[in-house]
Amino acid sequence: MTQLVYLIPLFPLIGFLINGLGWRTIPKTAAGVIGSLAILASFVVSVGIFFEVNSPSFHGPVLVHLFDFIQTGKLYIPFTFQVDALSTLFLLIITGVGFLIHVYSTSYMHHDEGMVKYFAFLNLFVFSMLLLVLGANYLVMFIGWEGVGLCSYLLIGFWFKNRDYTNAAKKAFVMNRIGDLGFLVGMMMILFNYGTLSYGEFFGKLGTTPGALGDNTYNWIAICLFIGAIGKSAQIPLYTWLPDAMAGPTPVSALIHAATMVTAGIYMIARSSVLYNLAPFTLHIVAIIGLATAIFAATVAIKQYDIKKVLAYSTVSQLGFMFLALGVGAYTTAVFHVMTHAFFKALLFLGSGSVIHAMGGEQDIRLMGGLGKKMRVTQITFLIGCLAISGIPGFSGFFSKDEILAATYAHDPILYYMALAAAMMTAFYMFRLYFLTFTGTFRGTHDQEHHLHESPSAMTIPLIVLAILSVVGGYVGLPAVISEHHALASYLSPVVSNASEHHMAAGTEWLLMGLSSGLSVVMIIYAFTANKVPSFAPNTGLAKLLENKWYVDEIYDAIIVRPLAALSGLLDKFVEKSGIDGIVNGVGKGVRYGSDRIRMLQSGQVGFYIFVMVLGMVALFAITFFGVKL
Amino acid sequence: MILVLLILIPLLTGILSFSINGNGAKNLALLSTLATLVLSVCLSCTAGTESSYFNVPWIPNLGTSFSLIGDGMSSMLCLMTGIVMLVVMIVNRNKEVEKPGSFYGLMLLAQAGLMGVFLAYDALVFYVFWELALIPVYFLCSQWGGEKRIPATFKFFVYTFVGSLMMLAGLIYLSTQTPGINSYSWPSIAHAGASLAPAQQVWLFCLIFVAFAIKMPIFPFHTWQPDTYEQSPTPVTIILSALMVKMGMFGVLRWLFPVLPAGVAYWGNTVVVLSIIGIIYASLIAIVQTDIKRLLAYSSIAHMGLMCAAAFSPSNTGIHGIMVQMFNHGINITGMWVIVSMIENRWGTRDMTKMGGMATSAPQMAIALLIISFASIGLPLTNGFVGEFMLFTGLFQSASIYHIGFMVVAALGVILGAVYTLNMVQKVAYGNTREQVINKDLAVNEYIGLAIIIAIIIFLGVYPKPLLDLTAGVVNTLVH
Repeated sequence: MTQLVYLIPLFPLIGFLINGLGWRTIPKTAAGVIGSLAILASFVVSVGIFFEVNSPSFHGPVLVHLFDFIQTGKLYIPFTFQVDALSTLFLLIITGVGFLIHVYSTSYMHHDEGMVKYFAFLNLFVFSMLLLVLGANYLVMFIGWEGVGLCSYLLIGFWFKNRDYTNAAKKAFVMNRIGDLGFLVGMMMILFNYGTLSYGEFFGKLGTTPGALGDNTYNWIAICLFIGAIGKSAQIPLYTWLPDAMAGPTPVSALIHAATMVTAGIYMIARSSVLYNLAPFTLHIVAIIGLATAIFAATVAIKQYDIKKVLAYSTVSQLGFMFLALGVGAYTTAVFHVMTHAFFKALLFLGSGSVIHAMGGEQDIRLMGGLGKKMRVTQITFLIGCLAISGIPGFSGFFSKDEILAATYAHDPILYYMALAAAMMTAFYMFRLYFLTFTGTFRGTHDQEHHLHESPSAMTIPLIVLAILSVVGGYVGLPAVISEHHALASYLSPVVSNASEHHMAAGTEWLLMGLSSGLSVVMIIYAFTANKVPSFAPNTGLAKLLENKWYVDEIYDAIIVRPLAALSGLLDKFVEKSGIDGIVNGVGKGVRYGSDRIRMLQSGQVGFYIFVMVLGMVALFAITFFGVKL
Repeated sequence: MILVLLILIPLLTGILSFSINGNGAKNLALLSTLATLVLSVCLSCTAGTESSYFNVPWIPNLGTSFSLIGDGMSSMLCLMTGIVMLVVMIVNRNKEVEKPGSFYGLMLLAQAGLMGVFLAYDALVFYVFWELALIPVYFLCSQWGGEKRIPATFKFFVYTFVGSLMMLAGLIYLSTQTPGINSYSWPSIAHAGASLAPAQQVWLFCLIFVAFAIKMPIFPFHTWQPDTYEQSPTPVTIILSALMVKMGMFGVLRWLFPVLPAGVAYWGNTVVVLSIIGIIYASLIAIVQTDIKRLLAYSSIAHMGLMCAAAFSPSNTGIHGIMVQMFNHGINITGMWVIVSMIENRWGTRDMTKMGGMATSAPQMAIALLIISFASIGLPLTNGFVGEFMLFTGLFQSASIYHIGFMVVAALGVILGAVYTLNMVQKVAYGNTREQVINKDLAVNEYIGLAIIIAIIIFLGVYPKPLLDLTAGVVNTLVH
């Protein structure tokens, strides 16, 4: 079965080719069916492979060689897939959640004229994402890495007539490219020091070969790769593209900008756990950046009014939690949170899509309210998503987030308290969103109220499935005080090695759990009392700062974008046109000036000619007789 | 024999073409380029494993013979020339030019010159074809070009011609240093050059390199290029930017590296620094261009800068990357120009601020533009990525610590490249359609031409092995 792994990306590729080449002729419904079936087929194969990988008889990673990609001199990079516990888990998440979102999209996008194109792009995205996780070396990962960036660009700018949307698309691609530069340099360093990009060979050599810079080699490589992860997974300072990416269709936000693509950075570091365990300094940076992002994005989410913007900042914040987990060396925990987050964040985004659909495109939560009465399924599933992300016991988010907090506590209690604060804010802003949207009285226009309806079953069924997953998804990783057996951690253990196993007293662990869930409940109650009626008054002070996202976009604009544009303009005007080209033209003019003067010599006066001739002859004689050497 | 035919076919059909008018010239040119392409393919099939040679006496008194070589590098460049010329002929089927006989005749003569440059195995033959390629292009620019063509082409001609003369002087000097009677044949020139004292190699390098630097062009020898590209008719721009710039790169690899190793070692870092400056400089300037042709001109300078930087920090991977990138850059920029010429023809402007909405009015064209744009910014699984990755690896691997810095700075060009290219795509393809836009998507011939380009982009992006295999042998001889 594992040898058939190439089928998994092949199906979406075929789906992309069919819809992509037949974008004029294929009917919309057919496009949706083709696109969804392609992912379903991949999902089925993934499940088959999962069972094989999960069986006791499976030993070590299986490498499936497809073809030689680059071969020159000593450099050899094959196009090879690697099947192991980590890649298989991601296969399930990508194809499973991906399939649900495809099904949802068949209904959500049905009124859009670009639906065939949409499904082509979506399949291309899944194809790239699958390459990313299946690659057996960093280059194949990079191919997928940039491929998902392309699809993200295409789908953010899906409605390409809107200039803001295409600006957002461009911004996403360029910011990702900045991160990718780090990835690229990291790859170069690996190649330079270890002569290979294959995971197996590289990790094998790591412990024994220190590399050109000694122990620092590990840190340099790890930092460079991490820069790539910062870009792709929207961490400080390269996160600003993700909120803007909400310009794309909502299912895209669910799939690409919440459930899968943005978790690629976590995948990369978990995949490289052997390297990061050797680079404790870098892990420290990862933890700090993750924590800072978790807190920072959560503060912004508190004051956003656009339903998708709240979710976007929430995603940034949750990704920060995952990096925090990585940073404290709890790789399996980070992957655990990737999984549960994929369920509940996809659910929340799709739920918001259902809301936006019902509201006729309105996204401002101040203009909603009381939607629960008309959209029961959306309301209940959304509530489950909110409970999960807030870490209420029994829901999936509780297990993974609690594990992150526990690991952080074991690492450093100060980090723990800060992370706890971010988790509290999560509960607050999510329930602020929930209460403003689904409870209270409707605040929109009369037309909208009349139009309110529950979404069709193609949209609600994925919501229900994801809601179920958001509940049960956490039980693969029970806390140590409840069960000795952590199913996910033991499943991943052959591939991902945590930096240190933390063992804390059972009492402490109960206390931490009680503290975080208790505080979450308090925050929910607070959110309920504070957000019965939204305020339309302009924000002032800190609230204004938060509403405007700490003005980070404006700061970037002022210190990077505009100076660069100004520099370009100056170079073009002064250095290029007047400077270099001026010199070139000057040389030309100088020659012309000189020849004008020399032309005077040909005056036509015979006497002058004879004079010059005699002068020449004298010179010749002099050279011949006196042996003047040239 | 194939080697001679590769030159003779375009030469003879080119001369013949002057006497034909109307569609006959187009047909003749198409047939001629098709035949040349078929021959190039045949040559490329064997050249990876075994080089072929051709040699007849030419001017024995001067020590020169008409000798040609078909190795991996020359056959790869001939193949590229063949493909590019064919695509040019295909997409121009539905366009009318004045005096088509002379126009296509000159195009074919330029092709003959290019083929000769790439195949030459004798310094004098090399020089003669070098000029033969230049002169038809000069006439093409000055006769069929835009409004300001006269000053632009004059500058172009004088600039490159000065370079050529310096190169000729250098080559003549080298031939006088050959043992026994003077000889211009590549082996004796290479032997003579390599055995010169380093001090001599250093100044000889200057003479010869200037010609190549102007052609590529390397910062700060580039200012002829944007004007010339802007003013030339697009088929000629394609010849200039896809093919003739490769003459410079090729010249460096064939006539500098093996010939003046000490000169290369002396000047290497200087050239790398200039190239890297050029990458960033040209990329920055490209960002503020509003004329789409000038934007492409600067982007081309940035691309060539990267190749040149990798060439002068030599490593196996880097040189191999240049081989790949020379080919791919030729293909991609041809695709770009084809689309630009369609835009210019249909919309009557090259000013990007006046464009928009191509994705609505001409979706096929927009898709092609998008694919080619992403290839030119080196997205993986397009041909642009493989070469770029190898060039960066090469830059990084050349031992010195500076080169890591060089590589990082050069890679900043990749980010800037994404900025100006995506700006261009946004301005041209997205947004609302403008009123004056003619809603005409690709014609059949244009479709075929772009399909060829895109097929190559994807194929070599996914499976670059054929190209790598073809040039692996040459790379080995160049590096060791």
